[in-house]
Amino acid sequence: MRSTLKASALALTAALAASTAFAGSHSLSGDLKIFLDTSNPAPRATMEAMIGRFQEMHPGLNIETTVIDREAYKTQIRNFLTADAPDVATWYAANRMRPYVEAGLFEDVSDLWAEPAIADNLASTKGAMTIDGKQWGVPYTYYQWGIYYRKDIYDQYGLSEPTNWDEMKSNCQTLLDNGVKCYTIGTKFLWTAGGWFDYLNLRTHGYDFHMEMAAGEVAWTDDRVRQTFANWRELIDMGGYVDNHQNYSWQEALPFMVNGDAAAYLMGNFAVAPLREAGLTDDQLDFYQFPAITDGVALAEDAPTDTFHIPANANNKEAAREFLRFVVSADEQTEINNGANLGQLPVNASASIDDDKFLEQGFAMLSSNSPGGVAQFFDRDYPAEMAAEAMQGFQEFMVFPDNLDDILARLEQVRERVYK
Amino acid sequence: MTTATLPDTDPPKRGWYKRNEIAVTPWLFLAPAILFFAVYVIIPIFQSFSISLYDWDGLGQAEYIGLGNYSELMNDRAFEVSLWNNLKWLVCYLLAIPAGLFIALFLNQTVTGIRIYKSLFFFPFVLSQVVVGLVFAWFYLPNEGLLSNMLAMIGLGPVNVLGDPKLATYGIILAGLWPQTAYCMILYLTGLNAVDPEQVEAARLDGAKGWKMLWYVIIPQLKPATFIAFVVTIIGALRSFDLISIMTNGGPFGQTRVLSFYMFEKALSEYGFRMGYGAAIAVVLFLIMLVFIAYFLLSMYREEKGH
Repeated sequence: MRSTLKASALALTAALAASTAFAGSHSLSGDLKIFLDTSNPAPRATMEAMIGRFQEMHPGLNIETTVIDREAYKTQIRNFLTADAPDVATWYAANRMRPYVEAGLFEDVSDLWAEPAIADNLASTKGAMTIDGKQWGVPYTYYQWGIYYRKDIYDQYGLSEPTNWDEMKSNCQTLLDNGVKCYTIGTKFLWTAGGWFDYLNLRTHGYDFHMEMAAGEVAWTDDRVRQTFANWRELIDMGGYVDNHQNYSWQEALPFMVNGDAAAYLMGNFAVAPLREAGLTDDQLDFYQFPAITDGVALAEDAPTDTFHIPANANNKEAAREFLRFVVSADEQTEINNGANLGQLPVNASASIDDDKFLEQGFAMLSSNSPGGVAQFFDRDYPAEMAAEAMQGFQEFMVFPDNLDDILARLEQVRERVYK
Repeated sequence: MTTATLPDTDPPKRGWYKRNEIAVTPWLFLAPAILFFAVYVIIPIFQSFSISLYDWDGLGQAEYIGLGNYSELMNDRAFEVSLWNNLKWLVCYLLAIPAGLFIALFLNQTVTGIRIYKSLFFFPFVLSQVVVGLVFAWFYLPNEGLLSNMLAMIGLGPVNVLGDPKLATYGIILAGLWPQTAYCMILYLTGLNAVDPEQVEAARLDGAKGWKMLWYVIIPQLKPATFIAFVVTIIGALRSFDLISIMTNGGPFGQTRVLSFYMFEKALSEYGFRMGYGAAIAVVLFLIMLVFIAYFLLSMYREEKGH
């Protein structure tokens, strides 16, 4: 029953898509309002150049681009989606888009996903864009998470990239014995601690368990959750993290690594650019996948995906759809994700990866060494409220690990309310 | 026939406005202010009350839950922490008043270049709160900060003021006191200009000096300045938002939040989707403010009556 419904819906949307694609390829006109949250200089230039190319293809279209500060955008989106909607807006995948999907503020773009050009090439991110069996936007970039480390410091103390938990800890002990902290981190804005929880939980219990937790099916006071925290505590008790990390933002934690006070950083690939700018060469800086903790648990990764959506209240949805097609096309994906632009991974399987050792390693890791699955990130997979409380708890745990029982009891209370 | 006589007997016609001019005109002048005050202050207060009875994410359908948000507040430890922090702010922030008074007394003399000194002391008030917050955050930095270095010089260990849940709020309040003291100082400086020299002269002839002079002669004359200083300091304490946002972002683990910040986090921040809960916090904050508002209005009313 359900599959036939789905099939007929697919057929219908495909037919619709074909007709709009036909119309769209001829002449687009009117206004196209695009809202971007890519306010940092490099991404901003990339996006503006990309929109410029789209404009050249469609001279009849009057494109109006608004770039909003990345942090401010996160609160403004609620207002502009309801009051004065643009035709295209950036956002994030998975649970992060759920409130807007459920409020009916994002346009269902399953029709685009039924087109072969997208269906065949974007399969890997389809899950992240799907809620209730429909797709609500398209991705334009994603990036790997993992451990970026100072290869020169590891070499100096005869360490190699760890592949399991024991090696990870013994490496850390060696570093500590030599007065170097194992990991730098800045938890002032909390989410960095969410990255550590993601990886420790994914490695201790696997992707499925992590997602069951995200769906609210596991109590925070569950013994398996405690096991994850017990593993985490080993690193904390060793003194593996830099001191006073609750005072620093993630950027303010970078100098510890640049100065050699800390040897590694669990981060997204966006950390590479500032580390290079701070003077670290590619000989000094390297990357490894977060090592396995529990034997037999399939490795899974975090790879947050940034996305484009069409607001339900948009005026020029035809042009907006054409823009989405353009953004995910192989050529554009190759161009905007290369090292000179975003420096991240293209979402289109036919696009090519730039010649950059971190992108190559990240791509290899995500495409062939992440059998467990690909998660988005803690605050994108877990509902907003749960994520906010939990990340605050993680920060407290990292400073006062003895408060764990209290923290978990609190989070359990929140869980019972959030998922009711 | 009869119709012809009527116009002559009638008194000259006056318009409705002309007849009611005295009563209506003040209201006409007040109307714009009343309109804006109602639209932007009075009506939102009632809206907040009504939203606080709903479970609403700001986007979808609102669900009526009665006093559910308030009963949840009762058991919310983060709320309790915020409430206590508000109290700390209220009490500690009042230190700005005596501090401002003493600086004002100190500066109230005629020395060459006194205007420069006065402006220097007033300077922090001109700075944006964001700048004050940043400067103090750097001052407090655990290793690189000036404070840690100064403590190291006298042989004390480094202290992480903003990272320590017990100290952080006081650290932020201290940062807030810097500009607030300057504000109170300028209020007292103008107040001191209005002190009656004859009374001071008379007190001096009666043998009053030092503390007695200050307490019984000067301070009573500064009462209007003290009242204004009290009002702006209380408002400043309850408005403390920007410093917290800049210096700790409510952390470590939410220990420096105050009610206004907590409301923002719950309702409007990146992860905040609980409009009803945020509104409930706002209502509690409003009730606290109401105590002071009532007091201020009452004092002003008495003042008016006295004249």
